[in-house]
Amino acid sequence: MSAIAVAPEMLQERARTGALGAARLALLRDLQLAFRKRSQLVQPLAFFAMVTLLFPLAISPELARLRELAPGVLWVGALLGSLLALEFLFRDDAYDGTLEQYALSGQSLTALMFAKTVAHWLLTGLPLALMAPLAALSLGVPAAAVPGILLAVAVGTVALSLIGSIGAALTLGIKRSGALLSLLTLPLSLPVLIFGARATQLAIHGAPFVAPLELLAALAVLGGTLAPLASAAAVRISLE
Amino acid sequence: MAWTWFHRFGSPPHVYRLAARLTPWFAWPAALCIAAGLWGGLVLAPPDYQQGDGVRILYVHAPSAWMSLMVYTTMAVAAAIGLIWRIKVAHAVAASCAPIGASFTFAALVTGALWGEPMWGTYWEWDPRLTSELVLLFLYLGYMGLRAGIEDTQRADRASAVLAVVGVVNVPIIHYSVTWWNSLHQAPSVMRMDKPAMPPSMLLPLLLMLLGFTLLFVALLLVRLRGEVLARERAASWIREVVSV
Amino acid sequence: MSSFFDMGGYAAFVWPAYAVTLAVVFLNVFWARRALARSRAEARRRLQMQGEPS
Repeated sequence: MSAIAVAPEMLQERARTGALGAARLALLRDLQLAFRKRSQLVQPLAFFAMVTLLFPLAISPELARLRELAPGVLWVGALLGSLLALEFLFRDDAYDGTLEQYALSGQSLTALMFAKTVAHWLLTGLPLALMAPLAALSLGVPAAAVPGILLAVAVGTVALSLIGSIGAALTLGIKRSGALLSLLTLPLSLPVLIFGARATQLAIHGAPFVAPLELLAALAVLGGTLAPLASAAAVRISLE
Repeated sequence: MAWTWFHRFGSPPHVYRLAARLTPWFAWPAALCIAAGLWGGLVLAPPDYQQGDGVRILYVHAPSAWMSLMVYTTMAVAAAIGLIWRIKVAHAVAASCAPIGASFTFAALVTGALWGEPMWGTYWEWDPRLTSELVLLFLYLGYMGLRAGIEDTQRADRASAVLAVVGVVNVPIIHYSVTWWNSLHQAPSVMRMDKPAMPPSMLLPLLLMLLGFTLLFVALLLVRLRGEVLARERAASWIREVVSV
Repeated sequence: MSSFFDMGGYAAFVWPAYAVTLAVVFLNVFWARRALARSRAEARRRLQMQGEPS
């Protein structure tokens, strides 16, 4: 684990690199570290699969019924899976002091937060998006809807990761913060849920889903510009 | 000149004493306005030609909803001031607002449900305004939960301030939700740019209740503010004379 | 008088609505005063502890 201490020093060394270079380094570091603990990567996916499995068992195995429920099931599953993975976003870095190094490095903490969130999405949101079509098909969704579902979940989880990073940064260091993190993140994630489910529903019925998809993208862009600022502020507060 | 005024408001002992002196000036007018508003709403105001006496719920529902939004905005502004200029009193104001706002949001939701059942045929509907008002309640609860979860007061102040500011986007969503989306809830009839679309016999009790609740909020805020200011002052000599009754 | 309490048939909705709202008002007053009293007691306790010889 001491090998990880190298990266923050590299940040300071290459101060000339500027925010973008630092962000790239942080992103690569997060990805490298995550691949050393591959088992942790699978957890949100397994959770998502389990949630998808619960509904047919609990409600009805009839594919026609399930198709109606599919948008809701997929998005609740994606949201909860994303929440589950959020706790890991900052936890390890807070423990081993890397987060403090980031804050002290003189690099833009906002850019570093953005990089960490992108890494988080690549490690959880994107896999969830790739799994969503499988889950959808198991719920009786027609194959034609798959591209739409893939797109919607991919874009939506970007927004979810960004929004979630704020709550994760705010609850740093609070023991057993899972419930509080959900309470903080869910209200802000509701628009994503609403538009995402709408896009999915339209895709399932073969109707054009561009409008809600564009709204999802807008939320992702809005989150991308504002959320790293808020998480950076929150991280600085947590480290004081 | 203006800066002295600003600095005095940042001074905890001054704020404490001022709050103590001002409270009755808001509390008693509040009680009067609310009493008058209740009388006007329950007795004097006419029943609606469509809703009958059921419309009287307006006189408690609308002020509660107004409180839920107004208090959150106040909380967010105070939080922002506290964050930007690092003024403890501003954080104390924000902390004082939260329980008040949360309870009136609850009241707004309950009175809304009681109004909805006879009028729309349902206690609840997942339409934009009701849903975003419910979200507002969760934002308040999240704010209070975050405060409670962080032990260090200064850190709790600053972390919850970030949350309050991030959540303020919900306030315009709630207010404009009835115009942006097709909603079950009726469009604004008072809080709009042109003249309110309500007869004076109904408008007057409503305005009295709105004013009364607002005055009540200030009074409650002043009372809570004193306690919050005290909690943030460690070894200050002014506390001695103020606290030993 | 009884027609007043009847509220044109809507009594079951109007009165609980007013009751809940007034309850919230009174509870707020009660909670605010209690919070202040607690803060004052806590401040008094802190002063006492500081006054003790170390």
